[in-house]
Amino acid sequence: MEDVFLLYARIAAYGFRRHSAYRAAALAGAFTNSVFGILRAYVLIALWQARPGLAGYDVTDAVTFCFLSQAFIGPMQVFGGGLQLAGRVRSGDVAVDLLRPASLQLWSLADDLGRAAYLFLLRSLPPTFLGAALFGIVVPAGPAAWAAFAASFTLGVLVSFALRYLTALSCFWIVDDQGVQSLSLVLTLFLSGMVLPLNLFPGWFGELTRTLPWAAMVQVPADVYLGKRDVLEALAFQISWAAALLALGALATRAARRKVVVQGG
Amino acid sequence: MVRTYLLLAWTWLRASAQYPVSLAMMVLGSFAVNALDVAAIWIIFQHTGSLGGFGLAEVMFLYGTADMSFALADTLFGNVDRLSHHIRSGSFDTMLIRPASAFVQMATDRFSVHRFGRLAQSAVVLGIALPRLGLPWERTWMVPLMIACGVVIFAAIFTLGGALQFLLTDAPEVANAFTYGGSALTQYPLSVYGEQLVRGVTFVVPLAFVNWQPALYVLDRPDPLGLPYWLRFAAPLAALLLALAAALAWRAGIRRYRSTGS
Repeated sequence: MEDVFLLYARIAAYGFRRHSAYRAAALAGAFTNSVFGILRAYVLIALWQARPGLAGYDVTDAVTFCFLSQAFIGPMQVFGGGLQLAGRVRSGDVAVDLLRPASLQLWSLADDLGRAAYLFLLRSLPPTFLGAALFGIVVPAGPAAWAAFAASFTLGVLVSFALRYLTALSCFWIVDDQGVQSLSLVLTLFLSGMVLPLNLFPGWFGELTRTLPWAAMVQVPADVYLGKRDVLEALAFQISWAAALLALGALATRAARRKVVVQGG
Repeated sequence: MVRTYLLLAWTWLRASAQYPVSLAMMVLGSFAVNALDVAAIWIIFQHTGSLGGFGLAEVMFLYGTADMSFALADTLFGNVDRLSHHIRSGSFDTMLIRPASAFVQMATDRFSVHRFGRLAQSAVVLGIALPRLGLPWERTWMVPLMIACGVVIFAAIFTLGGALQFLLTDAPEVANAFTYGGSALTQYPLSVYGEQLVRGVTFVVPLAFVNWQPALYVLDRPDPLGLPYWLRFAAPLAALLLALAAALAWRAGIRRYRSTGS
């Protein structure tokens, strides 16, 4: 049991190291996220000046939400991808992965957590600090609030992985995954709260978006950070979706194992 | 040069048409992703009647003109931002030894109709917004002119972003902040942004001339910063200057280029 844990811990460490080879790209990403953070913050400020207290946020909450959502892009890979799996299915390399005496899903998860940890340092911290310096942002009060946010953020990464893993697995059935990728991108951008906070979405549609798994990625961790949501209820929401999607991923992996056809010689 | 461009673009188009299902999904995907920006504006206007002093139809007009310029520039020249990829893989060397302009080859590389999804989307938005504005006829001549100037400005920014990648080969994403960032900036009235930022995009990176300054003329609005009236007609000048700067930067980049040797 301990050996298994060590194995995945090591894979996570390798994921961290592999991504640290692309430091310039990560910093460039942080720069772009910061620029977008500033632009979007101004739009939200204009909206909240017209409607103070809208959706239970004040101006500072809205600006904080904006920079947090930019900070989540790297670790939660909001624009999709991040996993090598899809490419490996297409090239046939996945055959080697499936031969390993380790779970394909856990292996990918460990690797992805390493990636997320590296990108948290390089792509999440800079836009957040910049937002704090330029506009001023909300800071959680006390260690309990920070711990709640850390848990919620990690669960957000977990849900993001579970969704991207399912998208990548679709390659076993559909050889060209670009269509699935772009569908997933549209759903993730819109339903996670990346485009606008979900509590601005009107009526029943807004209610619906706040119950879907994508909300666990940006909206819920940001609300936990801002202290706008009951922590236990928020974490339970994220845990349920993470468990359901990871279970679905495990089932799909079993189905894919039977489906795999390695092309070429 | 135009003939080479058309020939190469046509060749890539035919190549992409070999996978019609994938192509259709990419057109739809590009349409849908950009429609999210319109959805955001629509949701914002569910909560307020005016943003930065502008109403829904006016903001949609600003969005539509900026996005049409960006979509055209992206379709025609957007691939230039894949330069670092070609430098790293060594395929840029192949382009340099061919008897055709490296810039044209870069611009047409993997030319695909999927970029038309964005163009279609901005045309729909403009088609809905323009009749609602009830513009007087004597001011509408500016609309095609501002879109054309916007195309030149965005194409120049794509080229500058490409030229920057001769220096920052490992960090091509920096260019996104200016290209896609410029597109995001011009989707809203500049009156929502801070004064320093607006001065910066008027006098340094002339994004204000993509749509903001000409639109002040079209909509007959006072400039919130009180900048001179003639700036509303300065878009062609700004586009020309930026295009010159981009051409110089691209040439300088090609001259100092050293192959990675791989």
